[in-house]
Amino acid sequence: MRNTEKIVHEPLFHIAKRDDLVWWQRLLIRAATVVVAFLFAGMLSWTLIGVDPFTFLGKLFVGTFGTERRTWISLRDLAVLLSIALALVPAFKMKFWNIGAEGQVLMGGLGAAICMYYLGGTAPDVVVYLLMLVVGILFGVVWGVLPAICKAVWRTNETLFTLMMNYLAMQLISFFTDIWVKDGSGVMKNETHLHGIKFPELGNVYVLPILVAVVLAVLLFVYLKYSKQGYELSVVGESENTARYVGINVKKVIIRTMIISGAVCGLVGVLLTGAINGTVTTETAGGQGFTAIIVAWVGKFNPLFMVLSAFLIVFMDRGTNELNLTNDAFASIVTAVVVFFIIGCEFFLSYQIKFRRRAKGKANDGAQDPPAAETPELPPEAGGAKEVQA
Amino acid sequence: MNALITFITSSVRLGTTFLFGSTGETITEKAGHLNLGTPGVLCVGAVSGVLGATFYVGAVSEVNGLLAVFITILCALVGAGLLGLLYSFLTVSLRSNQNVTGLMITTFGVGLAKFVKGELGTDADAAISKVASCFRHSLPFAEHMGWFGEIFFSYGILVYLAILTALLTSFFFKRTRAGLHLRAVGENPATADAAGINITRYRYLSTIIGCAVSGLGGLSFIFDYVGGWDSGLVSTEALGWLAVALVIFTLWNPNLGILGSVLFSALYILPNYLNVGFAVRDLISGVPYLVTIIVLVITSMRKKRENQPPANLGLNYFREER
Amino acid sequence: MERKIALELKGICKYFGSVVANKDVDLTVYDGEILAVLGENGSGKTTLMNMIAGIYFPDEGKIFIGGEEAVIRSPKDAFRYRIGMIHQHFKLVDVFTAGENIALGNGKGKRYSLSAVNEQVRAIAARYGFRIDPRKKVYEMSVSEKQTVEIVKVLYRGADILILDEPTAVLTPQETEKLFAVLRRMRDDGKCIIIITHKLHEVLSLSDRVAVLRKGEYIGTVNTAETDEAQLTEMMVGKKVELNIGRAEPKDPVDRIVVSHLDITNREGVKVLDDVSFTIRSGEILGVAGIAGSGQRELLEAIAGLQKVQSGDILYYDPQQGGKQVDLRDKTPLQIRDLGVRLSFVPEDRLGMGLVGNMDIIDNMMLRSYRKGRSVFLDRKDPAKLAEHIIESLEVVTPSAHTPVRKLSGGNVQKVLVAREIASSPTVLMAAYPVRGLDINSSYMIYNILNQQKQDGVAVLFVGEDLDVLLELCDRILVIGGGRVTGILDGRTAKKEEIGLLMTGSKPDGKEAANA
Repeated sequence: MRNTEKIVHEPLFHIAKRDDLVWWQRLLIRAATVVVAFLFAGMLSWTLIGVDPFTFLGKLFVGTFGTERRTWISLRDLAVLLSIALALVPAFKMKFWNIGAEGQVLMGGLGAAICMYYLGGTAPDVVVYLLMLVVGILFGVVWGVLPAICKAVWRTNETLFTLMMNYLAMQLISFFTDIWVKDGSGVMKNETHLHGIKFPELGNVYVLPILVAVVLAVLLFVYLKYSKQGYELSVVGESENTARYVGINVKKVIIRTMIISGAVCGLVGVLLTGAINGTVTTETAGGQGFTAIIVAWVGKFNPLFMVLSAFLIVFMDRGTNELNLTNDAFASIVTAVVVFFIIGCEFFLSYQIKFRRRAKGKANDGAQDPPAAETPELPPEAGGAKEVQA
Repeated sequence: MNALITFITSSVRLGTTFLFGSTGETITEKAGHLNLGTPGVLCVGAVSGVLGATFYVGAVSEVNGLLAVFITILCALVGAGLLGLLYSFLTVSLRSNQNVTGLMITTFGVGLAKFVKGELGTDADAAISKVASCFRHSLPFAEHMGWFGEIFFSYGILVYLAILTALLTSFFFKRTRAGLHLRAVGENPATADAAGINITRYRYLSTIIGCAVSGLGGLSFIFDYVGGWDSGLVSTEALGWLAVALVIFTLWNPNLGILGSVLFSALYILPNYLNVGFAVRDLISGVPYLVTIIVLVITSMRKKRENQPPANLGLNYFREER
Repeated sequence: MERKIALELKGICKYFGSVVANKDVDLTVYDGEILAVLGENGSGKTTLMNMIAGIYFPDEGKIFIGGEEAVIRSPKDAFRYRIGMIHQHFKLVDVFTAGENIALGNGKGKRYSLSAVNEQVRAIAARYGFRIDPRKKVYEMSVSEKQTVEIVKVLYRGADILILDEPTAVLTPQETEKLFAVLRRMRDDGKCIIIITHKLHEVLSLSDRVAVLRKGEYIGTVNTAETDEAQLTEMMVGKKVELNIGRAEPKDPVDRIVVSHLDITNREGVKVLDDVSFTIRSGEILGVAGIAGSGQRELLEAIAGLQKVQSGDILYYDPQQGGKQVDLRDKTPLQIRDLGVRLSFVPEDRLGMGLVGNMDIIDNMMLRSYRKGRSVFLDRKDPAKLAEHIIESLEVVTPSAHTPVRKLSGGNVQKVLVAREIASSPTVLMAAYPVRGLDINSSYMIYNILNQQKQDGVAVLFVGEDLDVLLELCDRILVIGGGRVTGILDGRTAKKEEIGLLMTGSKPDGKEAANA
């Protein structure tokens, strides 16, 4: 606009897709990002709460693994988060943005609690356990499948729909709490309101959720990779046109996949209520339905990577407990910062910044200095413009 | 009658939070960015305002009402806008997934707000109540006009500012070139790009400005509606999600948002005015979410193109894709 | 009179990953001339033009405009140099009106008034004889209306350098002539017009000079008045082409699919096929000729069970059951398969429909066959064998069978797709534009495959765009004009001109068709 006719300078850089990184380069970039992220988190802890980075990291470890009990709790938290994230994977692979895991988990918990409340003490425990599973899973399914049906039939935006379902679930839980809890405390207690029903322990209280997570991880991995249904949902996710072309019933696949996603969420809700918390509150899922989205995304929908990303979240969450802060908000801040780094780094794995070569120097990309400010987490091998020579 | 007037005026005052929140989110969504960080943005907007108010009140001996209001609003705009900048950097420049980034913005924003709130301690409380009285300063002639004055003129500046913002935003979308461009970016960025529209700039600006506006929602909740801290910022966060719902409910139209926000807040506070048990209250609180879902489903059933979400909502744009 | 150079390209190179889209292209265009950029499909014409229009940025080389070096980083920069491009795929916002689309990106600094824009649009339309309602929403428009909006958009901007990418692909001959008249008027007005095309007759009737690209490389520029089809063809394909596609006599053809009185209305409520009747016979190739978008896609998809049919019949005669009649109408692809109909379909949109770009060759092989067997699990052994076999027998260039197909070149993608479709030993094979974007070698490989299928007794339906190919390959040619069957000709005796006329919807003895 200012200099209409004489813009001769070349753009500093432009961005191009890259496909050329091999696995160890990708791993290296990710590892480097995690290191940088933790260093940054350490700096934050130094400036915000006055704990120097090394003490900070140390405390994270102690908080997570400090005692045997802590390790168990960390593993259990990891298991729960991972299970929810696993539930999301089939939906995400189908490009169905289910951000309603929170609600689906809560509904699972509510379903279990309803069984505990109405049947506890009257029916045999085993029957209650089974019904808790059935009803809880069913509730999760209903919460997941409603948006799926609307998406399948009318193409209703599933992100917004599932998001709203979360809050409906919370209101329902408040509703039941208020009906059941007559003492005005607003807190539903396992002993007083839910007949003390709890799933039997396997060795200790932590084993069951961990076992469930492991089984889920294996099952989902096999389902997605080796089953015909898993293949169908990948095709639907990649291209609905192709799916229709080869005779896949897209609507059926969308609905079926969300039944699975909702069922697993419901199952986690049942566990949280029946085995971990002993009750259900609006905080039962504790935002993990949202965090799980991040776990699944950062873990690239691969169960193995997802263990790592879930661990990262749990590590931050559990570790910061050790800091004994009066202000527990610090945990959210550092967790978010670390995740920002990790999702930001994905850019450098799929794209490269090509710096404009001046004059005629065709070879020798290395002579260019990439402006440091643009690419803070960029390892040396990620710069340059190798592709051009290909 | 009195209860009814109080109910209406309270609805309007709380509605301000929804209106700012949803107007801001609408600006962002119209450019194709589904910012699920809105609850975090509201919290940061609120706390930034408190921060500004606290510093101002602490720095001067005599509080100038107008200046206090100005500083507080400015701080909220800047704080929330900066969070918008972070979101845009991640989603526009680094092309991160919008859902994931937005949710992390909520975690981050709420965490940051709580942290600052904790650090401020009790100093802030006095500052809030002082500045809140400035915000609540109503039009002088309101009290001479009976119920009419109560319902229409008894509010502080933020209520009118919110309505004005919504009207201006609608005008901006419909009647200005930049508004046309912004909608094009959200509908079909490749086309907008080919037309010479700077996608990156529009997406950055719409997100930053949208977040700044949303941030005022949090501010208005603290300073105008409550007149004190929202303990744990729980309500602010919840209102943020409702603001996202309101955007859908009003079909991305800020003018409708003016009415929708009052409706949402009326439903939000209705239980307090009814002689009903907690359980029924909970059900009423769920109504806004339910009607939002119903609106979403019905519009998708009717398939009227103008009422659909922006076609590119939630998707990032990269030109050299082939 | 010394002519002024409007635009000059020097040594332009563009790469997409390891794919060379343009290599060392030099090009000069003068004010007041129409330059045709001619090249086969996939020769890099569009990529080159996109760099002038600021959609892509060249990896190497320089662009000069009016003698000065220009850096065109974005379409906005292009506008500043008064360059306007009409893309093949319309760049319009569906929910906007024509006027809003035209106003997009324009008139910075001036007050925005949609009614003023609409007024100007009407004025432009009146001047050039377009028909356009500026207040109509784009999603309510037909294809040709949309193109009108695109053209008016560029005219509204007052571009001096006008680039049109295959503008006639969707136009009727009458509309084409109108467009050409407009372009000539603009040329006489001193503007510089670049038209991308692969249709020789358009080049010869419209342009002043012709620049030819071949496989991304610049071959040369000739004056239209001093050249002819033969020379241009030679420049385009490298050597003078004797097509010489083999054609065996059909072997005892029997009716395989009989389509009668087929009516199809698309989602927008436009009738795309009107009373279409024809027969596909075993052991022969039935060609389908027609201007792009005349209902070919809908016809094939209707047979494949992907398109709703308003009325009419699609009947299949099963050779395995002694010619038993099977009704294919309103069946899903799955139902069709369950009826034992071995129908294969190579769709036009290879990576968007025929294959899954992000899946590897093996998983793409499974698309058709994964349901086989009772097991809930997939069998990847047979698909893997098939993949290896295809890679070897068709010389598919790929690092391995585990490479995502989107990373393969166009020709290799098509080989994978066609090979999969014939692997199930079909009785009917439908192929829509199977050689589009392919190099000569791959194209011939596809022709050979089709011929092979024909000789094996398969009923082949071939939708093509190159009339020469249709005439050399097909036994019979079905011509569609505007959604109706305008003729079914014998491929051995039909004349190109005859088909061309039928494509435009006029009878062979009519006089209105100017270019065939």
